[in-house]
Parts: sequence; structure tokens; C-alpha cells
Amino acid sequence: MSITGREERVLQIIETARAKRARFRDEQITLAHGAGGKATQTLIEGLLVPAFTAGREHSALSALGDAGRVQIGATGLAMTSDSFVVKPLRFPGGSIGELAVNGTVNDLAMAGARPLALTVSMILEEGLRSDILRAEVQAIATAALTAGVEIVGGDTKVVERGAADGMYLCTTGVGVIDERAELATDGIRPGDQILVSGPIGEHGSAIMLARDQFDLDAEIESDTCSLWPAVDALLEATGGQLHCLRDATRGGVASVLNELARASGVAMIVREGDVPVSPVVAAAAELLGIDPMYVANEGRLVAFVAPEAADAALAALRGVEGCEGAAAIGEVRADPSGMVMVHTAFGGRRVMDQLVGDPLPRIC
Amino acid sequence: MKFVDEFRDAELGRALSAQILGELEPGRHYKVMEVCGGHTHAIYKYGLDDLLPENVELVHGPGCPVCVIPMGRVDDGIAVAHQPGVIFTCFGDMLRVPGSEYTLLQAKAQGADVRMVYSPLDALRIARENPDREVVFFAIGFETTAPSTALTLKRAKAEGLRNFSCVCNHVTIVPPLRALLESPDLRLDGFIGPGHVCTVVGARPLEFIPADYGRPVVISGFEPLDILQSILMILRQLRAGECRVENQYTRVVPQEGNLRALEVMAEVFALRPHFEWRGLGFISQSALRLSDAYADFDAERRFELPGVRVADPKACQCGEVLKGVIKPWECKVFGTACTPEHAIGTCMVSPEGACAAYYNFGRYAREREAV
Repeated sequence: MSITGREERVLQIIETARAKRARFRDEQITLAHGAGGKATQTLIEGLLVPAFTAGREHSALSALGDAGRVQIGATGLAMTSDSFVVKPLRFPGGSIGELAVNGTVNDLAMAGARPLALTVSMILEEGLRSDILRAEVQAIATAALTAGVEIVGGDTKVVERGAADGMYLCTTGVGVIDERAELATDGIRPGDQILVSGPIGEHGSAIMLARDQFDLDAEIESDTCSLWPAVDALLEATGGQLHCLRDATRGGVASVLNELARASGVAMIVREGDVPVSPVVAAAAELLGIDPMYVANEGRLVAFVAPEAADAALAALRGVEGCEGAAAIGEVRADPSGMVMVHTAFGGRRVMDQLVGDPLPRIC
Repeated sequence: MKFVDEFRDAELGRALSAQILGELEPGRHYKVMEVCGGHTHAIYKYGLDDLLPENVELVHGPGCPVCVIPMGRVDDGIAVAHQPGVIFTCFGDMLRVPGSEYTLLQAKAQGADVRMVYSPLDALRIARENPDREVVFFAIGFETTAPSTALTLKRAKAEGLRNFSCVCNHVTIVPPLRALLESPDLRLDGFIGPGHVCTVVGARPLEFIPADYGRPVVISGFEPLDILQSILMILRQLRAGECRVENQYTRVVPQEGNLRALEVMAEVFALRPHFEWRGLGFISQSALRLSDAYADFDAERRFELPGVRVADPKACQCGEVLKGVIKPWECKVFGTACTPEHAIGTCMVSPEGACAAYYNFGRYAREREAV
């Protein structure tokens, strides 16, 4: 059936409305603005980016990567910052301190940068028990040693009881962009293969269950870890044929694919049956009515690789500790541009849309 | 997952798909309505549209309990939530449904204590833990969720809890179906019956559909094979010129329903004379209120509610979309005044509603290009 006349005009109205730059028009901030979906996008693209790029001819911010690029002579530096407000502070497989190190280290790694140094700021709530603080300080120290980054500065603030929830952490990191890396958020090409570095949805599921809201017992541990070893192996195996990297944190793999499909003007085709999900995460997601593709990860990356380098990339990933379960989950096509399509394991197709809001606020 | 994966077997799906093709009369276009939002979700999740021939069209029915709540009721909920001392509890997907001015999520951002719960029993627990606060549960849903609200209220009464009450928006499935069927311009050939509702009410309440309106009904489970099989059963009835209620979901739905659940509902609820549905207008005897025995737990009696009826905008044509009379894009406000960001009608409120789905995926869905 072809589209003609009035229907075509209606579709054009919709497409014109969508192509307009996101505008931030909300009267106040709601939790949806922090959920990583459409509302977050209006906040970033409608308020922050226009304000911070105004009056500049070039801005590293416009690329909207996980880390910004700063050029000093011949050396490219990556710089990024991230805040952590997770509840509960400790959960199976990790804690806020470990997240705060790995989250920032991974944002640097996704820019193809070897992480060098971090600063750590703490906002502590009056009344926080010292043993809890001590444990998180230790977790930060251990995670930094493991990830090979030095903590070179920081700050502490204490706020009145009730003005924060235990503790919030903010880390800022800097790394040196690897010479082998030629990564860009708009560098994805039709034909590229989509890889994930292991089973997905574990961090978010672990947090949900740790909140004890569901009367559900399952042994799921957060996947939090430094992804630099995985990136190092990928760069070694593929060099310039690795086109883009993203860690699939807030909003999960689905949000990463949607953002990048738009940024690169391509379509992503995901083979649902090839997406690695552990049986226990699949069961929990089934019970809660959640799609693991939208669940947060803290130690999983999505890589876009030229087809001829895909096998080498996958083999390299699987050789890295913690990434043994890496898999190729789909490929990039030219059309329909900006969309993510899923071939379901049952044999049908559907569109995997951006998250509208978040059923579970504050998981990273 | 055992007992689940068996119903998601792609090969069996293809076999059913081939059988469906074999039942079609040449040149005929079939419109089948899935009544329940749960079916809509499964159809979307598994991409079942793709496994159906082009001349078998699924029409999404009025069975999404969140999207049928009219703006005036959402406004009532927001007014209660803003009362001092109130903890307002509801299911998560209710938070984003627009009232006349804003949503419960925005009320929360303004300072109202709005909390998402996963079960009415969670609301009861919050009431026990906060004896000095008024805890209100905003109850929604068809006969599927009504028994759990009823049991929660029974427990609240047994415990003598004084700080717990409920805004009851429970609705029943038969009256809106009858309203749809009454319409002279209806273009539906058959119905996929709501499996979970029938678990409670049984198969009998749906018998008026074949008896009075001559349309086949197949009560269906929620796995992809269930739904394909139900479509096949409907097409077989149509081809044989038959018309009756069949039960595909026999592993869960008993013919008589769940008598104990029905008893509890009869004790706790009473029929409202009429209730407004977003997009469908007023439908008589289509919703439940708390019975007089439970009047103490009725938030509508405990609080002053604005109770203002906010009319659906005149231009909204959700009713006609639901009946299959017009396509989403033929509605006067589609894509202009009514968008997913600023939804007017029920079909745009839920991401799985017919209009929202068309808005988001329209060109792709229409062109069905080979990917």
C-alpha cells in the first residue's frame, strides 16, 4: 500500500515536528528529566548544549560523547564528570564508591582514552555513620587501584540531615586518547556490526532487587567494572575499524542504540535472540514486566565495528576477563534512518523506541 | 524459562501463521479487536503484526486501564495528593497520565507525597508504618486488579486501620464492549477475549457478543502462540459461518471464573450508575465504587474532591479509532493538537495505543520495507 494525499501530509507534519531541535519548556524538573529518555534529551539538547556552546565556533560538547576532547599540542585528552546518587549505597556486586570510579573511568574509555587520574567530591548527609563512609572510601581506593587511575584531588561537603540521602559522589576524570582510536558518535556506518561485551541488565536488576520492593529473591550481582581492558583489546584488534563505543549505563543498551542511530543518521537492526541475557535476569525482567534492553549496566559496552573486523573484535573481547560472554547482536543499516528495529526471537519485528520515563529512578 | 518458552517457539509460530493464511477468504479484509491492553503489549513485544497476512488487521481495544481514566478523575487524584498530610499511592504507569493541567508526576515535583507501589498491599503497609499520615490508594483496573484492591480493603477493615482509604476507579469490561458493539458504524469481525479478566469473571459474561451482535470471541492467553492460535480460531469460526465464545486459555480460565474473587468483589464494591471513559464518554454501569459497608475507606467520601468533569476535546475521535471506523491519521487533531508529548485521547496516552504507535512508527509500519 502506498502512502498518498492526506496521510502523507500528516506524516510530514510529524516528521517536521520531530526534526526540530529539542526545546526545554517544562515548568519544573521531574524525575523523568533524570531517567535518560526523551525528557533528559530535552534538558541536555534544549538547555545545556545551547547555553554552553553559545559564542563558540567549535565546541567539543556538541559531539555529545561520554567524554569531551581537549587538545594540548599533539596530545588529545579526554575529560568527563559523573555524579552518583544510587540507593541503596551497597548492593550485590558493588557499592556507590566502586561505581563512582568505574563510571568515570568507563566514560573516558568510551572516548578511546586510557584513564589517568580522578578527582572525587563527596556530599555527605549529617548523621551518616562513619563505618559506612569508611567502607566507601576503601571501595573508591580499591577500585582506583584496580582500574590503574590515581586519585589526585577532591572535595567534601556536609549538608543538613534530609538534604541528601546518605552520600552522593561526584568524580571527574582525565585520560589520554589512544593513538589507535578513531571513534566518533557520528562515525557509525551502514554494515557495521553491533557487539556487546557480555550479558546485559545485571546492574539495574541487582539494584532493583536490593531495594526489597518486590519480595523477590534472586542472585544477581552488579556488573560494575573498568572497561579500559576491553577497549584496549578492541583497539589492538581493530584499530581504525572500531567506529564507536558507548557504555550502556542509564537507559540500557536500547537507549545507546537510539541515541547513536540518531547521531549517525543510520538504522540499527537488533537480533533479539542473539542478545546475551542471563537466565536469572531474564526471569526477573519477565516477572517485573521490564525489557532487559532498557535496564542499566555499569560494566558493559556496545561497540560498532566495520564488518570485516567484527570477528577479530569479538574474539579480542572474549579474551578479556569479564567479557567472555560478549556477542554480536545486530548490524547497522542505512534505513529507516534514526530508528532501532528488533527482529524478535519469535520471528516478528518491532521498533525499539527511546525510553519515555523511568520506572526505577536513581539506579546509577 | 520452563512453562513460558514453550509458548514462544518461533517454529510453531510460523506453522500457525501458515494455517492462518489457509483460512482466509480471498479478497476479504479482516479486523479483529484485541480487547485487553496486555494483548496489545504482547503483539507489540513479539512483533506479531509481522506474522499476520496484510488483510488481517488487529485493532487495539479499550482495555488499557490506565488510558481510559478521564482527565477529571486524574484531577481528583491530584487534588487528594496535594492535601496536607496525605501520602498518595498508585501504580507507576498512572503517574504519567495527563489530567486537565498536569500529571501526578508533576504534582510530586511540586511537593505532593506521591509514591509508586507495585500492589495495593504495599499501600496498606505504608499506612501501617505512617499512622499519623492519611494514606490514599488510587485504584485502577478491570476485573483483573479489582479483587486485589478488595482483599486489601478487607484486610484494612479487619486491622481497623483508620488512616487508609481508596479512590476507586475500577471499571468493568462488558459495558464498554457493548457500547462499541452498539455503534452502527462498527467494522470489527471478531474479538480476542481478555484472558486475565475472564480468569476472574469466567467466559459467560462475553456470551452476549455472539448472541446479540453475531461476532465470534476467543478468550486468549498472553504468550505469542496463544494469540496466534486465538486469531486462527476466530478465522475458523468466520469461515465456517459460526459465532460463539471459545476458550483458548483453558490452562488458566475456568468456565465459571473465580467464585471466591467474585464474592470478595461483591462484598467490597457496588456498581456506579455511570462512569466516564476517556475517549468513549459516559457508559452506564461500567465502573465500581466502594460498597456502603466500606464507606469509611472511600476517599471520595473522606476528602473533598473537585469532581469536575473535564470534557474530552470535541475534536478527539478516539471512539472512532477504537471502533475501527477511522485510522489514527484521519483524526482531526492527530499529530497537531494531539501528540505523545501532549496527548488528548486514550489512544495517544499509552505508548501502545493505536495513535501513539502510528505516531512513532507510522511511516515504517505502513511501508513495511524489507529489513
